[in-house]
Amino acid sequence: MGRIQLKQVKKSFGECTVIPPLDLAIEDGEFTVFVGPSGCGKSTLLRLIAGLEDTTSGMIEIDGTNATLLPPAKRGLAMVFQSYALYPHMSVRKNIAFPMKMAGVNEAEQTKRIYAAAKALNLTDYLDRKPGQLSGGQRQRVAIGRAIVREPTAFLFDEPLSNLDAALRVGMRLEISELHKRLKTTMIYVTHDQVEAMTMADKIVVLQAGGIEQVGSPLELYKTPRNRFVAGFIGSPKMNFIEGAEAAQHNAFAIGIRPEHIDVSITHGQWQATVGVAEHLGSDTFLHVHGVPGCDPMTVRGGGDIAVNHGDTVWLTPDPQHIHKFDAEGLRIK
Amino acid sequence: MARSVSTRSKVLNTAVAGTLGFLMVFPILWILILSLKTEEDAIRAPLEVLFNSGWTFDSYGAVQARSDYFKHFFNSVIISVGSTFLGLMIAIPAAWAMAFVPGKRTKDVLMWMLSTKMLPPVGVLVPIYLIFRDTGLLDSRLGLTLVLMLINMPIIIWMLYTYFREIPGEILEAARMDGASLRSEILYVLTPMAVPGIASTVLLNIILAWNEAFWTLNLTAAKAAPLTAFIASYSSPEGLFYAKLSAASIMAIAPILILGWFSQKQLVRGLTFGAVK
Repeated sequence: MGRIQLKQVKKSFGECTVIPPLDLAIEDGEFTVFVGPSGCGKSTLLRLIAGLEDTTSGMIEIDGTNATLLPPAKRGLAMVFQSYALYPHMSVRKNIAFPMKMAGVNEAEQTKRIYAAAKALNLTDYLDRKPGQLSGGQRQRVAIGRAIVREPTAFLFDEPLSNLDAALRVGMRLEISELHKRLKTTMIYVTHDQVEAMTMADKIVVLQAGGIEQVGSPLELYKTPRNRFVAGFIGSPKMNFIEGAEAAQHNAFAIGIRPEHIDVSITHGQWQATVGVAEHLGSDTFLHVHGVPGCDPMTVRGGGDIAVNHGDTVWLTPDPQHIHKFDAEGLRIK
Repeated sequence: MARSVSTRSKVLNTAVAGTLGFLMVFPILWILILSLKTEEDAIRAPLEVLFNSGWTFDSYGAVQARSDYFKHFFNSVIISVGSTFLGLMIAIPAAWAMAFVPGKRTKDVLMWMLSTKMLPPVGVLVPIYLIFRDTGLLDSRLGLTLVLMLINMPIIIWMLYTYFREIPGEILEAARMDGASLRSEILYVLTPMAVPGIASTVLLNIILAWNEAFWTLNLTAAKAAPLTAFIASYSSPEGLFYAKLSAASIMAIAPILILGWFSQKQLVRGLTFGAVK
């Protein structure tokens, strides 16, 4: 079991309220991602769940038990930190064994779990090394190993991939997703990277200024963002917003169109625009264009073989099926 | 680009550094020389001492015969090591609290502790003497251990505080998540990580306590007198015995000199710990 429920949880540091009262339910076995820009309170929220920070008010329930005042060790959760937080003076084996040693697990069981974790994480050859002798990816795997052997009710990940290079990040992302499929344990994952959120999550919680903007599955957030913030934050490259006369035609204060929902032509279309920068990725081409009324610059995604460059004229046509409408407050118009 | 150093400046630097080094070590060297002379030779003019007199170990024998060196030596060991380790027991939790859960007044407390080192010890001699007299701690190793622990405590806490601050808080949080109690966190995670810092703190405080003379001279007589009192006993109203005084000094500083020699690497590493990441 690993059901976590936050009821009117609030966190203030002195006069400053970082997280206004907030309700959230995380179901058993769910992979939940907290995503939002830097300083939005997502890490603080995770630390409140972990017990590393005290709540100012409200209640945190883990599997139906009030855990608000329990110390971190008593909550049955395991955490993986951004900086890995391995014990530098202990070998990989001892690092992984540490939580079991603290829990009083017997030696035979410890050895069994260490080998199982090491095997699952490809660490068998490194068990006697110190963290300083490992690469970033290996260190992160040790940190995950240390979390697995505790057999926690839920895993908490605090931006675990931020310190890794791009290629390794993609690999580790897959490994964590596979781990979740295999263990079926509740996982809460904090990131500022919306690609990580979209690819890994069962449920995404978008946060801004400590408050929840929207909760939903990745596709729900992509298809029906509740407001302009979520619409702009989810999806890469980000959604284009058009205000003014063009939006008024749709009876909205602003309309939003994702770059992939705009057709690019060099002969005809609804809007004429000039290419500022063309990014040729091979599979796709991202064009940053100028000249569309109410949206400058606009980003559009074209096919990989589209042969346009700086200064060329292109014609753009939005897909009417995928136009998002927003009111003056930035809320979605249904 | 590497800096180019001319041969002339190399020679000059070596000469200056060598001269300064020699000047610094000269008093100890001279004491060593005097300790190997007879009392008559020791008071002669320096050049005669060096070139016109014989060498002898008699002073060492005389010193050992007159006052039991080993008794004083053991007193010094017990007092310096005891006060340092007793101090650590209190200072590690104190430094942990100040480094990882600082309060609004932590900085003030640290400054206040340091300020006690600025007070001349003689200012509190009378009250401490009276307390020791009334509690039977005068001339006892326990009493001296306690007083040296207290006077060195600010330095121990300051040093440990600085080392602990270099340890990332996330590692201690990870230990907490892993189920470590406060005791386990300090014992299994913090202390092993701070070993270089703790080691240099230990060494420095043993040296400070070993060389402490004010309290050891004022609070001891015969039973608990350490090596500092042992040296002082050779400067007596009957006159100065240079050779014996020198022999006693060499015998008193030799152990700490040897300890310092073997641990200098550790000491320097500890004192510069965290200076470069």
